Amino acid sequence: MNDFFTSGVLVATAASAIRLATPYLLASLGETIGQRSGVLNLGVDGVMLLSAFFSYWTVLQTGNLWLAVVVALAVGVIMGVLYGIITVFFEATQGISGIGIFIFGLGFSDLMFRQQVGTPKPVQRLPNVDIPVLADIPYIGEPLFQRSLLTYLAFALVPLTFLLLNKTTFGLNIRSVGENPQAADSLGVSVERTRFAAILIGNTLAGLAGAALVLQLGIFQPNLTQGMGFIAVALVYFGAWRPLGVMGGALLYGLVNATVLQWKSLGIIPVSISDLAGMAPAIVTIGALILLARRVNAPAALTKPFSRH
Amino acid sequence: MINKLLGGLVPFLAALVAFAFGAIMLIALGANPFEGLEAIFDGAFGSGERLAATAVKATPLILVGAGITIAFRTNVVNIGGESQIIGGALLSTVVALGLPDLPAFLLVPLVIIAGAIGGGILGAIPGALKAYASVNEILSTIMLNLMMVQFMNYLLRGPLIDPYELEAGTRIPQTERLSDNAALPTIVEGTRFHLGVLIAVAAAIVAYIILWRTPVGFRLRAVGHSPKAAKAAGINVKRNITLALAISGSLAGIAGAILVFGSEGQRMVTDGSAAGFTSSAGFNGIVAALFGGLHPLWTVPSAFLFGALLTGATQLQRVLQVPSSLAVALNGIIVIFVISSSRVRTWLQTTLGNTNLFSKEEEEEEEEINSTTEVTT
Repeated sequence: MNDFFTSGVLVATAASAIRLATPYLLASLGETIGQRSGVLNLGVDGVMLLSAFFSYWTVLQTGNLWLAVVVALAVGVIMGVLYGIITVFFEATQGISGIGIFIFGLGFSDLMFRQQVGTPKPVQRLPNVDIPVLADIPYIGEPLFQRSLLTYLAFALVPLTFLLLNKTTFGLNIRSVGENPQAADSLGVSVERTRFAAILIGNTLAGLAGAALVLQLGIFQPNLTQGMGFIAVALVYFGAWRPLGVMGGALLYGLVNATVLQWKSLGIIPVSISDLAGMAPAIVTIGALILLARRVNAPAALTKPFSRH
Repeated sequence: MINKLLGGLVPFLAALVAFAFGAIMLIALGANPFEGLEAIFDGAFGSGERLAATAVKATPLILVGAGITIAFRTNVVNIGGESQIIGGALLSTVVALGLPDLPAFLLVPLVIIAGAIGGGILGAIPGALKAYASVNEILSTIMLNLMMVQFMNYLLRGPLIDPYELEAGTRIPQTERLSDNAALPTIVEGTRFHLGVLIAVAAAIVAYIILWRTPVGFRLRAVGHSPKAAKAAGINVKRNITLALAISGSLAGIAGAILVFGSEGQRMVTDGSAAGFTSSAGFNGIVAALFGGLHPLWTVPSAFLFGALLTGATQLQRVLQVPSSLAVALNGIIVIFVISSSRVRTWLQTTLGNTNLFSKEEEEEEEEINSTTEVTT
């Protein structure tokens, strides 16, 4: 245990916590925007798998990391349009349609990977970009200011999402269609258009999350996410539908994961029970849900399809 | 009337759309779609042996699907099939390890019951969390899926590992070969058609009887239809929500026991992922149940169809080198299509109401339901 409390290890753990938190944060912020408009998207994991595969494939073919990010965004937009049509126009039951998207993403990314790549080949990773001056601060410089651009973007999106939701007309529309679509409709706010836009943003961020995941790892394998997208959905509840709360949840999750990994490699957690330690993140999430479930209020119209008649 | 006719066509339309997508994917992958269809058909129904393999593949889907039906009819979503299958498999494995010398006529029923108990516990946990702590069951079942994979890996790499694997140092994460007395007897000689298939069909019939022919099922459906009205009628809503998920989980747990004791290896093996053991039956069972219109009896042919698709896909891989995960992608498309159709939407609105994330239904009004839907059973 003493090995863990050395400055070098602690700094490395913090750095890996922030790196691990990045895909969760991106996906959860997107899910937050969607849920605030009253739409539950359980398909995040599927979208992440698809975007992760296609951005990995792009790097494999072209070696161009930024093109890979663009491809991931495109996958997110396409899946957003699809999910928007399903939920807004067909008014499908959201919990299940999201599972459909997940199963499709799981199968299709697996299919494409086996057909086009076969065995996992490593690709170049997203480089870390040092922020001048700040990167040299002892202890906090490395975890906070020597990260990839996608990590900076993810954390920059926290205040931006807050501003979008709370200080813009569009944000007001999102919240109103999520709380009381009938009232919003009677005031001339298009419930359909607002929800569609929120879904589109949410899925685009899920696409970006897939890119962040795979480009940080530098490798793809079938079912790469192992349920990360579902955890991202849980983090929205954890964060009580607020961007800052969601960030807290993502960081906690990243920290639990990073600590478990670090303790495994230091031998603090013996190999024999390392699988049990792997249960920790899910247990933490359930515990948090139990504590929070009665204390926070979900958007009132969450999962309720809207129709005028 | 026309609506009713159109509604009946939904599964066929969904299948047609899925086939169209499948054909497009096959063309995109450079394979002939007609050859692909032929390979799937041949792989699933080509011989008695393959037909048996299809039935065996359908078995966990029937069980999970019948369980899903019970949960959904009670207005709870069960996405924890994977964890419940694993829970059932683990408990039944432990029983077979502990009582290997029990005669078959006792041990076979015992491992099936153990499976039901194991899965039932993993269903009751999210059920109780929803009923008594307002924890959304979608999230808790998903978290339990993630947890149970790790727990299975821990047990199969540690306490339950085959002693021979330790001796030889190969450390393949699997149990020793379990007692032959627990093996599900083969029904049709020379094929893999075993007792588990019949157990699954019987369970679907029992699920139907419970739902529509017993007071228990009446209470479950009443809670599913309107928790508020059910409560007013003196039904214990919380207990019934827990019960629904417990029954749903126990059916998935039986599937877990059958996966172990109907397998050729007669042991539990992990490749580190849930799908490695369950073949994603916990999710595919949802597909089968939806495709069967959330009716336990229709789940049987529906599951058989998906069993055929999954068995056929392995043949597709063998003949045309198209990865069998094509079938999984098609399953997703079928779910999306079925769920998007208005007829099923109507069904779901009457049965599920609006899936409410924090189970505060008691305080909620039931707006649209009355005006938009016809009542179907």
